[in-house]
Amino acid sequence: MTSTSAAESTATLARGAVRPLAVVVFWVVVWQVSALVVGHEVLLASPGSVVVRLSELSLTADFWGTVWTSFVRIAGGFAAASVLGTLGATLAASSRVVDALVTPALAAVRSAPVVSFIILVLIWVSSDQLALVISFLMVLPIIYTNVLEGIRHRDRALLEVADVFQVPRLRRLPAVDLPAVLPFFTAACRIGVGLAWKSGIAAEVIGLAEGSIGERLYEAKILLSSADLFAWTAVIIAVSFAVEKLLVAALRHVERRLA
Amino acid sequence: MIALRGIRHRFGAQLVLDDLDLDLDEGRVTALTGPNGSGKTTLSRFLLGLSVPDTGEVRGMDGRRRAAVFQENRLCEQLSAVGNVRLVLPRSTPSSAVAADLRRAGLDDPELAKPVRDLSGGQRRRVAIVRAVLAEADLLVLDEPFTGLDALGKVQVMAWVRDRCAGQTTLLITHDLAEARWFGARVVTLARL
Repeated sequence: MTSTSAAESTATLARGAVRPLAVVVFWVVVWQVSALVVGHEVLLASPGSVVVRLSELSLTADFWGTVWTSFVRIAGGFAAASVLGTLGATLAASSRVVDALVTPALAAVRSAPVVSFIILVLIWVSSDQLALVISFLMVLPIIYTNVLEGIRHRDRALLEVADVFQVPRLRRLPAVDLPAVLPFFTAACRIGVGLAWKSGIAAEVIGLAEGSIGERLYEAKILLSSADLFAWTAVIIAVSFAVEKLLVAALRHVERRLA
Repeated sequence: MIALRGIRHRFGAQLVLDDLDLDLDEGRVTALTGPNGSGKTTLSRFLLGLSVPDTGEVRGMDGRRRAAVFQENRLCEQLSAVGNVRLVLPRSTPSSAVAADLRRAGLDDPELAKPVRDLSGGQRRRVAIVRAVLAEADLLVLDEPFTGLDALGKVQVMAWVRDRCAGQTTLLITHDLAEARWFGARVVTLARL
């Protein structure tokens, strides 16, 4: 590499790091100016007061316990949906009857308002389990649809090769099936993680799940504490973002290993 | 004896095969020639169990193992040459044995470990041929197997295939009668309907 091209690469990297930071700074400034214009912390907390509140909260054991409680429930729902969605898609790919029965039902689940499910499920399960069930229900159709699409996009020519040479299923899986399905599963996870958190927290707010982030958001509303509302929202975004990045990185690693 | 009896098949309105009978001599090479569209590949798909004729039957293939070089290479792009071949062999087959045969078919050491997507067309064709030839099969179908090989490489690979497939029931689909003669094949010519 010449010194000119090395310098160009460094400049490109620097631009790549600076641009997102500049975007964040821009919106924080917009937020700060808006808070100054509104002039009332109850209506719109300033970035400074949110950061202070977040710092105060993060120093308490209760904060981490609350985050952990919500995380376990929502991640549990997401994991269950990933497993059952993948199994369901595998069954639907090999059985027209399963496909005909399950696909429309899950399309209906995907289209129905999440609040309808929250109220319905609240009749059946305790508020502690509500976030798990709701995030499961919201993620299940996404995983199912994407994995089914991935299975259907497998290379037919390679499947014929596997049939002719009678390659056992366990050996086909990493060679033929997973390389085709994994990109679809990864895309589903990207969408699914955010949706699991949004719907799970909504369920916690409505169900008033004890010791959850949703309960803290509800308290913030009752106490008219914008700073708390913004601080907990920031926590939700951060955890959801981190989980998505970690999960996608792990799946990309598997994709690279298979490739 | 592997045999096709009374095979009749159409693609839409086009009749491709009409009341065709064909016997494959056990342990010998049968060469199938004929113009494009005469149904050679279609016939091989019946033998491989990938398609079913409209009427007629395939005899002598129940429970028998098949191997094929398809018109296309049909390789797992992400796997190495050795990985592609080992996929169709018993797990106990050592990589070194597969690598030795790939070398004999004309692949160099650096090419053995690369994903096949990084190999040239000719090298990929060699991998597809080695995969089919090494597979434990009662019937080997070679559908225009040497397409894409340069003249020297073709001679090398043909010699290796002839040695390895001696005594194996083989269907060779080709447009080149010299290839058929090289394999000492009984030649069957299909006409376009």
